[in-house]
Amino acid sequence: MASDPAFLELAVQAGLVLSAALTLLAGYRVVAGPTTPDRVVALDTIGTNVVAIAVLVAIATGFGSFILVSLVLAIIGFISTITVANYVTEGDIIR
Amino acid sequence: MTAETAAGVGVVRAAVVAALIVVGSFFLLVGTVGLLRLPDVYNRLHATSKATTLGAASMFLAGFVYFGPGGNGLTSLVGILFLFLTAPTGGHMISRAAERMGVDFFGLATWPPEREGPVEDADVPAPPKREEPEPSDRDGEQPFDRDADP
Repeated sequence: MASDPAFLELAVQAGLVLSAALTLLAGYRVVAGPTTPDRVVALDTIGTNVVAIAVLVAIATGFGSFILVSLVLAIIGFISTITVANYVTEGDIIR
Repeated sequence: MTAETAAGVGVVRAAVVAALIVVGSFFLLVGTVGLLRLPDVYNRLHATSKATTLGAASMFLAGFVYFGPGGNGLTSLVGILFLFLTAPTGGHMISRAAERMGVDFFGLATWPPEREGPVEDADVPAPPKREEPEPSDRDGEQPFDRDADP
């Protein structure tokens, strides 16, 4: 927010930049992963990074409801990871 | 920046929040570097499922310190609990899927041998080596031969 100390603003902005860059770097593993579980691991990492980004946005803007956004993103990431892992296993068996 | 400002947080709380954000950014950095640099699915899973979870939990803890112990801060604590419950579960599911797909280890590492008897006879000098699963010819057939004869 506007009335926070300056170093907190700096830390939040630096954390946002770093988390965004790390999410972009994890996209490399999604594209160039040799196997499918590599891509799933990379997507899970991206999901966790986006959770951290949502918390940082909540701190940076002062809107506390972004914490709920991050929690819902964590839930969706977990469900998608479980679903893709099940799909990989079952699809390999049924085929 | 003397003491408690009007609408924001105080200097001490802001310092704690900034320190937690720095720690969380460090762990996210470590996790993503491990994801990019390690040579194996299981090694990458080892790097990301612990370090990245710890980084996001540190971010949640920063949110808890920032928003106070009610409302959104309590939601942050729920988020920490949820992350610590779900990240090992997801990692276990991914690693089991990789094992069923036949993804090999990097280097000379193998799966531990499957013991037949009880655990008490663990003093055998050389445990029987597990059969190699022939990872190349798994196209179009089942990874396990539990129903080998059709």
